[in-house]
Amino acid sequence: MVDVVLITGRTLDQGATVEEKLTEEYFKAVSYIELSEEDFKALGLQEGDRVKVKTDFGEVVVFAKKANLPKGLAFIPMGPYANQVVDPSTDGTGMPQFKGVKAVVEKTDEAVRSVKELLEAI
Amino acid sequence: MEVNVVCTFCGSVCDDGLFDVEKFRSKRLCKLGSSKFSKKERIKSPMIDGKEVSYEEAIAKAAEILVNAKRPLLYGWASTVNEAIRLGIILTEKVRGVYDQCASVCHAPSILAVIEEGLPAGTLGCIKNRADVVVFWGCNPMEAHPRHGMRYSISAKGLLVKDRKARKVIVVDVRETRTARQADMFVQVKPGYDYLVFSALRAIIAGNADVVPDEVGGVSKDKLIELAETMKNAKYGAVFYGLGLTQSRGRDRNVENAIKLIQLLNRYTRWVILPMRGHYNVTGAGEVPAWECGYQYAIDFSRGYPRFYPNEFSAVEVLKRGDCDAALIIASDPVAHFPKEAVKKLKEIPVIQIDPFPNMTTLVANVVIPSAIYGLEAEGTAYRMDVIPIRVKKVIDTEYWSDEKILEELIKKVDELMG
Amino acid sequence: MMLHIKNGIVIDPKNKVIKEKMDIFVKDGKIVEESEIKKDECKVIDATNKLVVAGGVDMHAHIAGSKINTGRTMRPEEMRPVRSKANKFRATVGRTLLTAPTIGYEYAKMGYTTAFEAAQPPIGALHTHEELDSIPMVDKAALPVFGNWHFVLKYVAEKDLEKLKTFIAWALERTKGYGVKVVNPGGVEAWMYGKNCRNLDDEVPGFNVTPREIITSLIKAVEELRLTHCVHLHCNNLGNPGNYQTTVETIKLANGFKNDKRPVLHITHVQFNAYAGTSWRDVKSGAEEIAKVVNKMDNVTIDMGQPIFGTATAMTGDAPFQFTLHRLLGAKWSNKDSEVEGGAGIVPLVYLPKNPVHAVQWAIGLELGLLIDSDKVVITTDYPNGGPFTEYPYIMAMLMSKKMREKELERVSPYVQKATNLPAIDTEKTLEEVIHMTRDLPAKILGLEDKGHLGVGADADIAIYDINPLEIDPSNDYELINKAFRRAMYTIKGGEIIVKDGELVKEVWGKTYWVDVRGKVELEAIKADLEDYFKYYSIELQNYGVEERWIRMPEKIVL
Repeated sequence: MVDVVLITGRTLDQGATVEEKLTEEYFKAVSYIELSEEDFKALGLQEGDRVKVKTDFGEVVVFAKKANLPKGLAFIPMGPYANQVVDPSTDGTGMPQFKGVKAVVEKTDEAVRSVKELLEAI
Repeated sequence: MEVNVVCTFCGSVCDDGLFDVEKFRSKRLCKLGSSKFSKKERIKSPMIDGKEVSYEEAIAKAAEILVNAKRPLLYGWASTVNEAIRLGIILTEKVRGVYDQCASVCHAPSILAVIEEGLPAGTLGCIKNRADVVVFWGCNPMEAHPRHGMRYSISAKGLLVKDRKARKVIVVDVRETRTARQADMFVQVKPGYDYLVFSALRAIIAGNADVVPDEVGGVSKDKLIELAETMKNAKYGAVFYGLGLTQSRGRDRNVENAIKLIQLLNRYTRWVILPMRGHYNVTGAGEVPAWECGYQYAIDFSRGYPRFYPNEFSAVEVLKRGDCDAALIIASDPVAHFPKEAVKKLKEIPVIQIDPFPNMTTLVANVVIPSAIYGLEAEGTAYRMDVIPIRVKKVIDTEYWSDEKILEELIKKVDELMG
Repeated sequence: MMLHIKNGIVIDPKNKVIKEKMDIFVKDGKIVEESEIKKDECKVIDATNKLVVAGGVDMHAHIAGSKINTGRTMRPEEMRPVRSKANKFRATVGRTLLTAPTIGYEYAKMGYTTAFEAAQPPIGALHTHEELDSIPMVDKAALPVFGNWHFVLKYVAEKDLEKLKTFIAWALERTKGYGVKVVNPGGVEAWMYGKNCRNLDDEVPGFNVTPREIITSLIKAVEELRLTHCVHLHCNNLGNPGNYQTTVETIKLANGFKNDKRPVLHITHVQFNAYAGTSWRDVKSGAEEIAKVVNKMDNVTIDMGQPIFGTATAMTGDAPFQFTLHRLLGAKWSNKDSEVEGGAGIVPLVYLPKNPVHAVQWAIGLELGLLIDSDKVVITTDYPNGGPFTEYPYIMAMLMSKKMREKELERVSPYVQKATNLPAIDTEKTLEEVIHMTRDLPAKILGLEDKGHLGVGADADIAIYDINPLEIDPSNDYELINKAFRRAMYTIKGGEIIVKDGELVKEVWGKTYWVDVRGKVELEAIKADLEDYFKYYSIELQNYGVEERWIRMPEKIVL
């Protein structure tokens, strides 16, 4: 497993499908985590593998992707997968901490849930 | 036949779009805009608990839910027009509920920073015309506002900036984004350390470089000095900032510090700072309540007058604490975009949804009211990220009711029930 | 609906009615002859021994648009006080900054029925109209700002009066605006470079023009177009000690122009431009010098810009001045550079009676109101820059009572004694004079023929106050005056009773006036220029402007 700082945010694909959240395209656009090349290697991953991401606030299984990130930084597109693990505390501002949450990532065989399944489990 | 359309996706609100009515396809718009103007699955009919009903029936049920609730939450508003938002405020006041809008999970910290420091800003045309230095801080327009650079801030040409080479583009971010690849200079910051970097820049610009350590937030002192000099030597500079500042540790304090940097720079030259607003009318979702009841978000009307307190009345807090017993969700999808702790409550209380498209909130909604798409099927006023009003157009007819019409009827029904 | 207002004591200076017992008849929203109504079908209002006047006309207030709203957004501390809870009417909140519904209701309760937004950023015109249309009760209009608009600077530099006139006509239609407002001409364009134009002959960077040329050309253009309202000017050099000289020089720019219906130049909130001295340490009043010049001219009017002790918010299109204020006060600051048109700035303020500078400002406003002929000075606070418009009754009472002024002088900084002449001024304006300064004079300057008076044909915008003008002595009864004008006994708007005994009884919506003078020009003449220069805008020419159907009740005035 690796320790990362997790940020979540917009991507083109996520934005292009944001009004079609019950489709396969949206699922593909938001159900992954981007890791640095080093962290990807350290976890012994191949493209298409799945990982479990754990924070103090929850856990979620997503697909793993390699990206041009500094070691120790990870990115999940904004959406229901990211929202399983972000910090809901708003520090009095109303805004949860969507960026900068400490997470632990490990390889897993568990399946990635659909958005409907995620919702059912809440 | 091609008609001009004003894009209703992101806060850039590009008004040079073309739409082919027969082919149902847009031209010139980016990937996000084209998706907005393409055929997608719609909510077919108004529904109550999964059963198809008429608009009148759905609205009557919605009115009943709102009137019977002790404290309903009316949330969303960022992807609809001012005319509808204004009705939303009037409705929230009538049902003594809480009004909150998408900025709550986006640029709410910007509003808090504006309350502390004000906002030294300018319209996008000023940047196009005058800005010889543009800094993108904690934002990634190439993925969130794709045409921003070509229309306003990177390759856009203007009165005093005749080509791309006359402008220096700097990106400050925790990772090398697509936008960073377009930049002349990329500064990588450690996540959560932007506040310190702003402080360091302020010290350097004010002539106190000696107090700055060799490295701040992962940025070397040399790099900081280079950045500070570039900013101080600009003729007219602009900082565009995004969720990298508002959603990270420090939130509104990050923005405050950025604003104070801009205040300082204005003593030497001219600088402006603008938030990169995400939705095409999230600005309106805050401006309309400001003139109607005094505040931009997190507004409670349960005492019969507006009270603003983000810690208590923002949607995520209201849901987490269980401080609402019903919700009206319009032009937004909190079930997808809120932390799961807040989504939990939405599964428990009666939810009314007003939206053109089925989304995750639809999965928990008891009453679903499909609406027309603004910018395509209905017209109204929206505010671009720099608060410029732009009228979004109606270019095709539809049987769907507009948000404005739905809310008008809903208010009538609420008035009837409340006597 | 027909009204019969019985036995009121009427003051209607335009129609030379001074404290006469008179009946007023209303039908279909207009004041009519007695012969036109059926007495038995009228609603009767008993105004016996009460003052009956036209509804007030506020010709300069910042009540609607982007900078007003940014003021609210950045000052929740001002929005907090709750005035009323929601019931039949909307909830109202705000200390001196107010929400749109509150603005409408407060004007109505005070007996004001027309209000003009003093400065509309042209590209933000639709925002101004949206906010105006959220203000209930009053009839309204907006004044778009021209003094730093690149087209204006270009045509003035090219000395092309015809194109300037054409541009004004195009701009008024696109903004659905009412007249030509000018704010710190050239200075706001200079601010884009971090500079300012404090003197009339300073060069505007990037354009071969001076403020003197801009002002003179705009007066020429407006007079040739014979617009209903004259050039409405916020002078250069606002807010700086010694600036009264710039103001005097500016006033003289009206020399040589003549208009028999109205002035050719209206200079606004002159208090902020009436400072003598060389710095804040020795600032003095320049009101006397300005009053002398204004009283001699027969074609210039001003409004006071009276400061009111308490909180206020400086918000103007004078962006460089607002930055100066931010530096001076260390206060939070918002700025809004606006495309190629101008700018704005917002800074919170407070006026404290014991602060020598604030006290001098307060005294200067009153000096202007007292020393200048009542035919040439309108009562304003430049809301919210000087203070809330709800304090107009305070100003009226002060202008009419030396005793009240003496009492106030006791609680302000003694610096006023040596820096101004206010203590020595014995003038007490009469009731008819202050009515003139708040009703038919502003209506005349604006060119609103059916407002500000009670003659047959006027709009039925009427206010009845609980004082007997035949018995009251404003010089001594200043407390009664101050109280009575705050809450009208009746406010009638377009023939509808909207306020009774100081309380709202009905919510109505007013008209938005705009001026269409396109018939006097050939728009084709500037078409190529517009298409060419619009590449410097960030929106398309085809999407620029406001359509009538987006406005609640547009009222086009075709010239």
